[in-house]
Amino acid sequence: MKFVDEFRDPAAARALVAAIRDLADGGGDGGQVFKFMEVCGGHTHTIYRHGIEHLLPPSVELVHGPGCPVCVIPMGRVDDAMWLAEKPDTIFTSFGDMMRVPGSRGSLLEAKARGADVRFVYSPLDSLRIAIENPDKHVVFFAVGFETTAPSTAVTLVRAKDLGVTNFSVFCNHVTIVPPIKAILDSPDLRLDGFLGPGHVSTVVGNRPYRFVTEVYRKPIVVAGFEPLDILASVHMLLAQIREGRCEVENQYSRVVPEEGNPQAIALLSQVFELRPHFEWRGLGFISQSALKLNDDYAEFDAELRFDMPGIRVADPKACQCGEVLKGVIKPWECKVFGTACTPETPIGTCMVSPEGACAAYYNFGRLHRETAMMVGQRSELPVLTK
Amino acid sequence: MCLGIPGQVVEVTDEAGRLAKVDVNGVQRIISIRLLDGQPLEPGDWVLVHVGFAMARIDQHEADLTLAAVKQMGQSYYDEVEAFNSTAIV
Ligand code: SF4
Repeated sequence: MKFVDEFRDPAAARALVAAIRDLADGGGDGGQVFKFMEVCGGHTHTIYRHGIEHLLPPSVELVHGPGCPVCVIPMGRVDDAMWLAEKPDTIFTSFGDMMRVPGSRGSLLEAKARGADVRFVYSPLDSLRIAIENPDKHVVFFAVGFETTAPSTAVTLVRAKDLGVTNFSVFCNHVTIVPPIKAILDSPDLRLDGFLGPGHVSTVVGNRPYRFVTEVYRKPIVVAGFEPLDILASVHMLLAQIREGRCEVENQYSRVVPEEGNPQAIALLSQVFELRPHFEWRGLGFISQSALKLNDDYAEFDAELRFDMPGIRVADPKACQCGEVLKGVIKPWECKVFGTACTPETPIGTCMVSPEGACAAYYNFGRLHRETAMMVGQRSELPVLTK
Repeated sequence: MCLGIPGQVVEVTDEAGRLAKVDVNGVQRIISIRLLDGQPLEPGDWVLVHVGFAMARIDQHEADLTLAAVKQMGQSYYDEVEAFNSTAIV
């Protein structure tokens, strides 16, 4: 079984693991466990894919966060999407991952099987093309995602307006990354020692929005890349901050993330969207100012205004513990239905659907790596790197 | 769906509409470069492609790193390339 050897640079990985161990265990505070939350589902995927949790010493625990766009959509919004999809003369378009998310009456894929015109698209611009090619139909785009994806919806709306397309609308479910981080910091359930900040969201928003984490909550945060080595380096940076008594927003992923983010993208967001007063998140409940809606200039493209949508609210399924998983309160395998009633083929909750969801990532890779954890334990006895 | 995959600019096809043809793993498609306004793009440049948009300019080294990392994601990577393959934006 390959393990550390799968890393691009196994020597660097070993050195980082050793350095992490030194910092975590070397503070004379024996027994302390450092809990770091990786906010982004992409990181969760990398962590399980590469068995990073088993490379780390027991004194460092990674906790999965809410940054998986598919995972946070509440059931009621899926039901609303189904309602739109089943309207006559409508073509409903969605990213592939969203098609399998279960609502209370099944998923969009099942609606498609029942005859609704539901189409998978790669880009919101594909959806706009479908609208132009089908002038006698109304085309809805199911917009989901954080600030990584919201600018692409914004560009699509600007283009729709420029081209004068009238048979196109957006069912907007874009969310923003800062409010859930704040909600988690305010929650009494969890004591965290720091954050791995999301990489691609930060290419848009930059590092500044995270300052409240250090300034108000006194927790360090390191914006991290997606390579396994990036994750290890970022964990090391967090520990170094703690050991040196610093508390800062640091950018490990400066190869891609500019300090100020992407001003074009930010300008487009404010041209098209405004903050919703509140929005429901799966398992996290209503979080104020945590999501985007189309502003007045783009109201004609807002599916929620254009159609008399039912605005369905349903409780999450009883068995589902996605909320606890998204807050990092429980690990995926601690959910009662994990791997039995809830699998990637028959998901009950959202976290099992997207490859970025903690449950799916753990289901696909985690158990595999558990078997090799012993081996890693042996391999971790490696030469210690001193700075 | 937050995967960003590296693509290499083949040509800017529509300067006014901010569209460019990029090559992702041998598949060439049109994407929007509207989010990189103000950053001149030349054939051969690398960008991080996400849902049909260039999200960030990256250098060759970063492109290699990211490509290696996303390829290790296995099925998710192939799904993403297949999705990219299906795109035909306006
Ligand atoms: S196992 Fe299924 S129901 Fe349980 S938390 Fe994970 S996705 Fe949700």
